[in-house]
Amino acid sequence: MPTPLSASPAAEPLIRARGLVKRFGDFTAVDGIDVEVAPGEAFGFLGPNGAGKSSTMRMIGCVSSPTAGELSILGMDPVRDGARIRARLGVCPQQDNLDVDLTVRENLTTYARYFGLSRREARRRADELLEFVQLADRADSKVEPLSGGMKRRLTIARAMVNEPDLVLLDEPTTGLDPQARHLLWERLFRLKQRGATLVLTTHYMDEAEQLCDRLVVMDGGRIAAEGSPRSLIETYSSPEVVEARFGDAEPAEYAEKLAGIGDRVEALPDRVLVYAADGDAAVAAIHARGLAPSTTLVRRSSLEDVFLHLTGRTLVD
Amino acid sequence: MAATQTPAAERRQVHPTLAVLERQLHLYRRLWQASVFSSFVMPVLFLLSFGIGVGGYVGELGGVDYLAWIVPGVLASVAFQMSVGESTYGVLGDFKWIRGYQAMQATPVRVRDMVGGWLAYMLLRVLIASVVFLGVAALFGALHSPWALATPLVCGLLGLAVCAPTTAFAATIDHDSYFALLFRFVVVPSTLFAGVFFPVEQLPDVVRPLAYLSPLWHGVELCRAATLGTAPGWPALAHLGYLVLWALLGSAWAVAAFGRRLRK
Ligand SMILES: Nc1ncnc2c1ncn2[C@@H]1O[C@H](COP(=O)(O)OP(=O)(O)OP(=O)(O)O)[C@@H](O)[C@H]1O
Ligand SMILES: [Mg+2]
Repeated sequence: MPTPLSASPAAEPLIRARGLVKRFGDFTAVDGIDVEVAPGEAFGFLGPNGAGKSSTMRMIGCVSSPTAGELSILGMDPVRDGARIRARLGVCPQQDNLDVDLTVRENLTTYARYFGLSRREARRRADELLEFVQLADRADSKVEPLSGGMKRRLTIARAMVNEPDLVLLDEPTTGLDPQARHLLWERLFRLKQRGATLVLTTHYMDEAEQLCDRLVVMDGGRIAAEGSPRSLIETYSSPEVVEARFGDAEPAEYAEKLAGIGDRVEALPDRVLVYAADGDAAVAAIHARGLAPSTTLVRRSSLEDVFLHLTGRTLVD
Repeated sequence: MAATQTPAAERRQVHPTLAVLERQLHLYRRLWQASVFSSFVMPVLFLLSFGIGVGGYVGELGGVDYLAWIVPGVLASVAFQMSVGESTYGVLGDFKWIRGYQAMQATPVRVRDMVGGWLAYMLLRVLIASVVFLGVAALFGALHSPWALATPLVCGLLGLAVCAPTTAFAATIDHDSYFALLFRFVVVPSTLFAGVFFPVEQLPDVVRPLAYLSPLWHGVELCRAATLGTAPGWPALAHLGYLVLWALLGSAWAVAAFGRRLRK
């Protein structure tokens, strides 16, 4: 039987949103966004507090209905087929909602039962996932005394218990120390390698750069830009940035004196950023104007700079 | 799309309502000893104090000694208080602090499974407590008819009739201070005036209909008729029907309230 080309499953996006809107009363949290996520992709929503990331994730997770626009998840309609879609999603919400009075293992097995798994299968997957997130030695301890990072790992393990086709992670590493974050990144990276499709939100640009193939920058409920981390940096920033601090006057005053050096000069409350193809040359140019910054730092451009350029604000204050 | 369907999602091994019940039982396992103990000790204290202490002064009521008269009333009121008591903080806490319902919401569990699983759990709890109470009452020689064996079922139905609307109420409010009002204006008056300790015929004509409104009175009437082997105040079917009505309307309200709260 001939297969029509358009039926190729790989080409069909797992998530397709068109003009997606979420309003709470008069307030518009998500203001008409278009998003498409392909199978196997790691896709990110990057944005500051209140950008509408969680509101979007909750609509994708079929727990909140869109106010307007089109949304299709796994080829189905979230309003009509919510339960069928959710059966194939793994969700790590922004706010942990583990059963603190159950043990670590029971958290996974009871959750697995929500998906209709047999007791044996639930138990098998729980043990396997506890290995995966390095919590096997805590299997029989209660959840309450676990550290924040351990709870987060358990929540992520829980999201994997139904072997989901699509994993939604809302700020998976917020509030964790660097070591815990790196462990989580490593686990998420392995998940991705196994072929899982990941959608995550974050306000850490290093997280987005580490994990995402493609991302959108969200601000005020809208998408400000879209692309791979590299292409966003190339489009919206220069290769290098000079961070110059001056002890004796407001950065804004110095920004005027630095005008013309590099591609662009941006004044922050505590420092001046000079965007340039060659950072060292820019530093030399600053000194050539007879200015003496107390410190200068040359670094590579990051998504933080993209965000600053797009919105005029820093991402994490 | 069928090709990418997970096989596990197709072959469901347990109904989501049952999975919700299972979670409750897992949680209950941590405290069941304490809870069974108190559902045993409380009735014993009650029966000693009211049946034997107060009964010594009251003597007979309706042709039987006061202890035998009060046992079915206290039995029903234990079911009543347990159903209200557990469904207040138990439900609000699972929305507000534990966020267990938000966790379920992200899975194939639907709102009606959450409500159904919770009610099934409370039904079990009430059945166990009534059977324990019945055993204690039998030891006191307070059961006069084999129909007494039907009282756990009556208590179960009374439990659902009360638990369902309380659950809905708890899912509607945002602050636990409303529970104090519920206890002050509904639970305590019901317990005092719905025929548990004295016949509602003693109440002034103007307030008596309020006792009829309370599901507790219907449960008390049925339980008393069963343990004494007499006819209830109204036809048994009327009492049962009234309780079923509360259970059904309460459940519908609970499903709507859960949905409204989670959809926010
Ligand atoms: N249930 C709600 N009712 C009313 N307003 C809401 C509700 N949920 C979110 N909002 C508002 O919508 C806006 C977007 O919130 P959202 O949680 O989607 O942002 P976010 O990008 O996830 O932010 P954060 O980084 O702080 O998690 C915020 O202004 C928030 O106050
Ligand atoms: Mg958020």
